[in-house]
Amino acid sequence: MTQVSINALTRHWPGSARPALDRLSLEIPSGALIALLGPSGCGKTTALKLIAGLVEPTSGDVAFDGRSVLKDPPERRGAVMVFQNHLLFPGMSVAENVGFGLKMRKLPKPRINAQVAEMLALVQLPDLGHRRPSELSGGQQQRVALARALILRPDVLLLDEPLSNLDAHLRIEMRDLIRSLQRDLGITTIFVTHDQEEAVVLADRVALILDGALRQYATAEQFYKRPADAAVARFFGGRNFVPGTSGGGLFHSALGPLHLPGDTPLGPGTLTFRPESIRIGAGAENTVIARVLDRTFLGTQTRLRLMAGGAEIEALLSPDLVEGLEVGSQVPVTLPRQALWVLP
Amino acid sequence: MAQDPFAIRAFRVLTGALLIVWLVLPLVPLAIWSFARGWRFPDLLPQAWSLQAWTYALSDTSGVLDSLGLTIGISLGVTVLSVIVGVPAGRALGMYRFRGKQVVELMILAPLIVPGIAVALGIHSVFISLGLTNTVAGVMLVHLVPTLPYMVLVMAGIFANLDADLEQQARSLGAGPVATFWHVTLPAIMPGIIVGGMFAFLVSWSQYVLTLLIGGGRVVTLPLLLFNFATSGRNDIAGAIAMIYILPGIVILLFTARHLSGRNTGLGGIGRQ
Repeated sequence: MTQVSINALTRHWPGSARPALDRLSLEIPSGALIALLGPSGCGKTTALKLIAGLVEPTSGDVAFDGRSVLKDPPERRGAVMVFQNHLLFPGMSVAENVGFGLKMRKLPKPRINAQVAEMLALVQLPDLGHRRPSELSGGQQQRVALARALILRPDVLLLDEPLSNLDAHLRIEMRDLIRSLQRDLGITTIFVTHDQEEAVVLADRVALILDGALRQYATAEQFYKRPADAAVARFFGGRNFVPGTSGGGLFHSALGPLHLPGDTPLGPGTLTFRPESIRIGAGAENTVIARVLDRTFLGTQTRLRLMAGGAEIEALLSPDLVEGLEVGSQVPVTLPRQALWVLP
Repeated sequence: MAQDPFAIRAFRVLTGALLIVWLVLPLVPLAIWSFARGWRFPDLLPQAWSLQAWTYALSDTSGVLDSLGLTIGISLGVTVLSVIVGVPAGRALGMYRFRGKQVVELMILAPLIVPGIAVALGIHSVFISLGLTNTVAGVMLVHLVPTLPYMVLVMAGIFANLDADLEQQARSLGAGPVATFWHVTLPAIMPGIIVGGMFAFLVSWSQYVLTLLIGGGRVVTLPLLLFNFATSGRNDIAGAIAMIYILPGIVILLFTARHLSGRNTGLGGIGRQ
């Protein structure tokens, strides 16, 4: 169990104007599973390599349990990174791959073999030890790569896009495996992903990185309900942004006056709410008459584009709730008070 | 037409036949010479056969066996030195970007462009002051001039195709720099070392001018000895030595055919700019 503190971690690449990673600071509680989320090229993998010791930071610090590990070389840092594309060593068998770290620790052969067998069983790949990595499917290779890291019982596990390159059904299987292994072993884990759904489902907390800088570090729920700014909200599928002014418990905008939750700061701001929080029909408060501009059937949901007052908003609703709601028709919609959030 | 299986087969047979004509036929007279007792123009075959040339060539007095040993020793030594220099140089050129990389590439390729004798004359005067002329060590060092371009080129190609993350993955799994090289990098670059090493061996094996110049006639490798007999009119002994001399080339050709073809190729050129 290891607590990880990242303090103002920065990395400049020579010849690049912007830092790949700009003053990243994160406190990761012991045993937590954290996602570094962001679009590709945002500096997530660099962050992972900095923590693993594979890249030297330009400035900043990484500490495990309060002790700076910057001076430790990667092989003695206690952090093991699993690369994207599950880089198995091609010349070694599956068992040799999984046992590689223990061999480096100079454990006797019988003990390595026993632990390898145990580990392969844990990732549900028994009896495959003698195979070559090239004989395995992508999902199997990914599990071998995970086993190869977990067998070392690292203080900190770093996973770079562990679910990319996997088919949809393998993703879910692998996701559940990572989650259960991480819980059982209690290893502080940081994983990198560009997929917000993956981050939301898997992680205890999510750190959203855009353009090398941390934008918000919070639980997945907060990203939906309390995004730090419009860019964060957009990354998580936010579509509704209405400018206006908050005062006296109300938000004044093109939507008309709306009742706000109690703790909203005063002054000008941007109102945001999730497309799926909009209700069809009149409520006790915050009801607006809207005209249907467009409707799109998405399978499990139907997306409505609405003109409410003078603002265009988007709603995601269950298909049977909006049956018979034609384009051009008028309908009362309600924006529940708890669903509203004002961005500064 | 190119899709016609018969045409493809005919083309293969033709190219194979041409290869044999060009590569093997010139060797046939040499082989015949080594077993001939007198072979005058315009006879198609010698009047009489004899093992005399072979007996002499393999005897202690001819010096062929000593020379063979020396040549093998020099070529092996040059191969090892080429690997030691060529692997890091190939890594730098294949994997890293640095200022002046193009200049370094040009310098390494220069021995293939500049005539060797011009280089050797300059080196000769330097080696005199270093006391390296007329020594085996001097000959081995000067052989590196023509062998290194091949070695470095092959290794640069191999390293350009090596995933740098593979080494980082090994480091993260607890392997130090030395263990990473030994367990991960070396197996990955081994095909290149084998191909490049064989090039280096053969290039060193066939050096004549450089050996003569730096060795000053004291370091008598097989090509020097062969030339002596050829110019003194002993075509039968020259033929026998030539047969011995081409042996490593054939062995290596058969051995590398596997490495030079298909996906395992070590010849990628200098990749990643």
